[in-house]
Amino acid sequence: MKQEYKENLRRFQSVFGLLFFIIVISLLSDRFLTGSNIFNVLRQTSVNAIIAAGMTFVILTGGIDLSVGSTFAFSGAIGAYLIGSGQPFMVAVVGALTIGLLIGMANGFIIAHWHLQPFIVTLATMTIFRGATLVFTDGKPIGTGFEGSAALFAKIGGGYTFGIPNPILIMIVLFGLAYYILKHMSMGRYIYATGGNQEATKLSGVSIKKVKVFAYGISGLFAAISGMIITSRLSSAQPTAGTGYELDAIAAVVLGGTSLAGGVGSILGTVIGALIIGILNNALNLLDVSSYYQQLAKGLVILIAVLLDRKEK
Amino acid sequence: MNNPILKMENISKTFPGVKALDGVHLNVYEGRVMALLGENGAGKSTLMKILSGVYERSEGDVSYMGQPVNFKNVKDSQDVGIAIIHQELNLVDELSIAENIFLGREPKKRLGAIDRKKMVADAKDLLESLNIEEDPNKSMKKLSIGRKQMVEIAKALSLDAKLIIMDEPTDALTDKETESLFTVIRTLIDQGKSIVYISHRLKEIFEICDDVTILRDGRFVAEKQVFDIDENTLIEMMVGRKLEEQYPYMMDNQGELLLEVEGLGNDHVHDIDFKLYAGEIVGVSGLMGAGRTELAKTLYGTYPIKRGVMKLVGNRILPKSEAAVIKAGLTYVSEDRKKDGLVLSMSVKENISLSAMNRITRHHVIRKNEELGLIRDFIRQLSIKTPTEAQKVKNLSGGNQQKVSIAKSLMTRPKVLVLDEPTRGVDVGAKKEIYDLMNQFKKGGMGIIMISSEIPELLGMCDRILVMHEGTIQGELTRTEATQENIMRYAVGLEGGKS
Ligand SMILES: Nc1ncnc2c1ncn2[C@@H]1O[C@H](COP(=O)(O)OP(=O)(O)OP(=O)(O)O)[C@@H](O)[C@H]1O
Ligand SMILES: [Mg+2]
Repeated sequence: MKQEYKENLRRFQSVFGLLFFIIVISLLSDRFLTGSNIFNVLRQTSVNAIIAAGMTFVILTGGIDLSVGSTFAFSGAIGAYLIGSGQPFMVAVVGALTIGLLIGMANGFIIAHWHLQPFIVTLATMTIFRGATLVFTDGKPIGTGFEGSAALFAKIGGGYTFGIPNPILIMIVLFGLAYYILKHMSMGRYIYATGGNQEATKLSGVSIKKVKVFAYGISGLFAAISGMIITSRLSSAQPTAGTGYELDAIAAVVLGGTSLAGGVGSILGTVIGALIIGILNNALNLLDVSSYYQQLAKGLVILIAVLLDRKEK
Repeated sequence: MNNPILKMENISKTFPGVKALDGVHLNVYEGRVMALLGENGAGKSTLMKILSGVYERSEGDVSYMGQPVNFKNVKDSQDVGIAIIHQELNLVDELSIAENIFLGREPKKRLGAIDRKKMVADAKDLLESLNIEEDPNKSMKKLSIGRKQMVEIAKALSLDAKLIIMDEPTDALTDKETESLFTVIRTLIDQGKSIVYISHRLKEIFEICDDVTILRDGRFVAEKQVFDIDENTLIEMMVGRKLEEQYPYMMDNQGELLLEVEGLGNDHVHDIDFKLYAGEIVGVSGLMGAGRTELAKTLYGTYPIKRGVMKLVGNRILPKSEAAVIKAGLTYVSEDRKKDGLVLSMSVKENISLSAMNRITRHHVIRKNEELGLIRDFIRQLSIKTPTEAQKVKNLSGGNQQKVSIAKSLMTRPKVLVLDEPTRGVDVGAKKEIYDLMNQFKKGGMGIIMISSEIPELLGMCDRILVMHEGTIQGELTRTEATQENIMRYAVGLEGGKS
């Protein structure tokens, strides 16, 4: 009982941290807590948050996925190409998301089947799919055009439903889904168990391969969804889109208290982690801090947050 | 008797939700071995962790060689000459034996580089004093769990401490290794050193200890001298009641044929033939390295079968994965619960469910109420001592971790249950409970294979005993035939075998 209470307290600590952070920023800038800016922050956050949600699955198994930025770009390019060449909306979206899912599943399969280091495998696929994107786009942006299904496609990132920007809704739905899988489904248990003790999990009759293909598959899928949002918003896919996004996603997961060693952590933590990074970016923009200093500040905040969250003995 | 060199008084320790120790006393005398006894979860390991500075006490005083002390960490206690051999091994699998022994205290050359030659030579001396023939350069992960335990002991000895704490050191040792350890203990005592000795094997207490302190449920029960006390009184003080017959063997009619293997073989075992019927317990004996665990893991699908036939409940199966074997009705409880059995970072509930999620899910969704009901039944049935089912397994005492491991395999509703050292680290009372449970399963039509290094336990509980030697079954003895002596004769290969 008390232990749970303590764990909840820790979770609240990061929520309080987040609130404190919000109050300070709103004192520094009166543009921060305005309705349009809140939507703005959440919309900007959604791109990283969705990737981070997928990344949470992978990190919980004790792995890491460096390929998400490239998956993001590659599936974005495929989506833009399909829309631009006049394919129906569903064909383009499902096609692009399937590509993301398959890249992720391939990562998981290679890692589990040949017992390889996730870092190395996804470093390789990250490079491969960045290259594939450059080859496919010939290094130039691919526009979706404005004809036919492009109008509908533009709504993914730019439209509203019930007055709320679609990317925010997509983010909420995906976090709900991730929460449900991790908390209420057997696969969720297996993911935590694999990260906690892979050998014991295998000896319990759990297929580690299935678990990893699933976790990396989700990571790839979520990266592709995020890629759709940006491609839709810009009505084009940039060949260098998503460069470095894997690091922001990993930062959000770790800020949310998930252990890089696997087995311990939560999707709710990742929500908070992504919000902290998103709000920080927004605040630095509002305060007119130059982008060079932004990097510096972001790194420092991550370091401080992780130090504060250090587990007491 | 002279004054104690260590005096712990009124020690209390509270963990979230658990009062692990409540006003406990412990005295250790110079040149004597103090046994620390109590059931699983009585607080023995916790008391020793307080002494060595792993945990901070909530209340109480400790004085060592007449001085009040308060160790903040393990280094503090090491500096004044206290060494501890933890119940849970703390070794680095990736390093060699010698590197493990001297981890953090490597002998250095003048310029600060590690003096490997000296380190290996010193390690060799230590191993020799323990009668172990292993190359100090050998990687830790190649060692059996018993050997790892010996390395842990060597590491503690290398500290040249005045007071050595041994928390269930013989848990995973062979009889021979245990004998070597006792020789070392006697030498240490002759040198005037003191030892705290924790074990659930009462025989050892009478063999090697001078004094005994008994704990029950975190409270102090008594301090006695060993010559003053007999086994039954000891058990009564530990458990708080009299225990009837230690091995409750139960005769049962042989039921249907459950498991049949013929000519089974792979890289680990060869030419394995035996049958297992419903309603019987078949023991597997043998020396360390005879291939007992390997046989279990072969049946369980962990090691692929290369030759021979395995039939489970009449169906021929070629195990490709543990999942397939579990589904076919056989399950395995590992001897190494920390490495192969449990996910320590998960809760009691999540561990017990792990092998049998299909029982508590519909369309892959967990039905939480149903799960909770089942888990609580297991906690009750096996009397697992935990504040709630949500407690992390790493916070349980060793014996209770073992029970979680057993509950986990029962959750799969097996027809054939393979238990590998099921009573390792389990207290006398709980041992009896496990035996009673085995009888209950036996009556329910299960077939049980029990691997054990404790021959009395096999003699006490089994209908038949298979004796292994060099990867194969050297002989089979019925309950009436089997004796300690003839089991040993088969185990060392003096008798039996295939011509
Ligand atoms: N870190 C911890 N957090 C919470 N509870 C703990 C922790 N360590 C031990 N406990 C609890 O304290 C009690 C005493 O545990 P301890 O490990 O000292 O038992 P023990 O006598 O060594 O048992 P065993 O013979 O099974 O090893 C148990 O109920 C255990 O669950
Ligand atoms: Mg203990």
